[in-house]
Amino acid sequence: MNVTVMRLTARGLLGRRRALLLVILPALLLVLAALTRWASDASPSASSLLGSGFAMGTLLPLMCLLVATGVISAEIDDGSIVYMLAKPLKRRVILFSKLAVGLAAVIVFAVLPTMAAVAIAGDEGGQLTLAYGASAFFAAIAYTAIFVTLGIVSRNAVVFGLLYALLWENVLGGYVPGVRAVSVRQWAMSVGEQMLGSQAAEWSFTAEVGMATGLILLALTTAGAVYLGVRKLSTLTLSSVD
Amino acid sequence: MADHTPPLTSATAGGAEPAAPQSQSVIHDIGFRHYDGPRLGRGWIVRSLLVETFRGVFGFGRPAKAKIMPWVLVGILMAPPLIFALIAVLLGLDELPTSYTEYLPTMGFVVSLFVASRAPYCVSRDLRHGVMPLYLSRPIRRNDYVLAKFAGLALGVFTVLAAAQTLLFVGALLAKLSVGAQIAGYAQGLIASAVLSLVLSAIGLVLAAFTPRRGMGVAAIITVLVVLGGIGSVVSTLLTQNGSATLGGYLAAIDPFLLVDGIAMSWFGVDSAIGVEAGLGALGGVIFTAAAAAIVGGGIALLMRRYTKVGIA
Repeated sequence: MNVTVMRLTARGLLGRRRALLLVILPALLLVLAALTRWASDASPSASSLLGSGFAMGTLLPLMCLLVATGVISAEIDDGSIVYMLAKPLKRRVILFSKLAVGLAAVIVFAVLPTMAAVAIAGDEGGQLTLAYGASAFFAAIAYTAIFVTLGIVSRNAVVFGLLYALLWENVLGGYVPGVRAVSVRQWAMSVGEQMLGSQAAEWSFTAEVGMATGLILLALTTAGAVYLGVRKLSTLTLSSVD
Repeated sequence: MADHTPPLTSATAGGAEPAAPQSQSVIHDIGFRHYDGPRLGRGWIVRSLLVETFRGVFGFGRPAKAKIMPWVLVGILMAPPLIFALIAVLLGLDELPTSYTEYLPTMGFVVSLFVASRAPYCVSRDLRHGVMPLYLSRPIRRNDYVLAKFAGLALGVFTVLAAAQTLLFVGALLAKLSVGAQIAGYAQGLIASAVLSLVLSAIGLVLAAFTPRRGMGVAAIITVLVVLGGIGSVVSTLLTQNGSATLGGYLAAIDPFLLVDGIAMSWFGVDSAIGVEAGLGALGGVIFTAAAAAIVGGGIALLMRRYTKVGIA
């Protein structure tokens, strides 16, 4: 990791009006959480629906995409990445620095708001908040790694990422049961399901896979994405195709 | 782009140039090769810009790589109508599995993605590469540019939606459903698609024009559309549950897709896609239509304001 790369990345991610884009969605989530509490008298089940449906299903992937775009795609887009790549730094170091900044941003702008939203919307002794926090954290690691790599590989990373995160996981999973098990969200939810134990089913906090399987698949996906990202960044060619 | 050095600002050479006040500042001859033919003028430039934008929406005239994205999304948008048409034909249903106007909110997310990925294409490159002065050195005005880009994008989005509606219509006819009702439904679907493409293009183009980085533009548009959709459906559901269904029906229209759905429901009497705007009647139709017109008009006005400054600094 390199402090200068991290500093530049953070400035590119949060500088000027871009931080505003990252605040809109968490703010909406917190408003929805307050509305849910008002409408359903702070019941953990309703809170869990908000958490799994909107927070884990839409907000987290979308925020990871926004962050990944800001961390690397924007620089590739305007070509300024060549100045960073031309420095005597290992590409691995550059990518890891960018991933670290991205993950930190996702934790601040997506994982913590998810926990806050679940706590606001209704909880019993903080269990649900912790379960969603852990799940969101693991999902954030995998999503960030995948989307940053996607941003290096494709200039249409945002669209492809959204197609995967929202269409594949949310819509297609509703029709094709097999698809549901191939989903970062389900793998991450397995952690929370294990933490809640017997109460998971009652609060409709369910995952398609067990915790061991989920964690192994998450680790494999993340490692694979990071490896591919380093490889692709080492041989990056800039094209002007829009 | 007033008077530069003399060789750059030779007066208009051809005779077809209308005697507009700014025609003196038009640069035609930059000294490479002389041209004496007719100059086609402002109207033709606007037309060319519109056609070029429309073709660009689908990646025509661009490398193969630029064609992947639009056509993947077009394919996803065409799949459900095709499947529904096949179902209607093979199972001999007496109505389509989804109505023409219901199709739009159902596929809302993919339509949003299409607009989000294409709107930045239309404006971001010109902004990023600072070529606005080059356009303006020809007999075209800033507002012409804005209108041509807007019309090109809206036409592109409408073409895709209309193609999907046509697929549904053909399927309905092949399934031998009642022709009169299907023609009426098809026409309603086309009108709703036209309104939707105007509204979405206005929103998308404004956001794209304020985010010159293409990737960020895509992300900004999709975020805004998702947020609007989330607010619209949650607020309306909560208000409807708590007894103020009318207010809930109106506030649902924060979501552009439900706005168009509300217009279709009020004017054509079709079933609402998610059933929240029940019973708003003609007044609802007027309000929704006014809201849609305000979004389109406001969007174009914002774009024109934005482009008064582009290329000066």
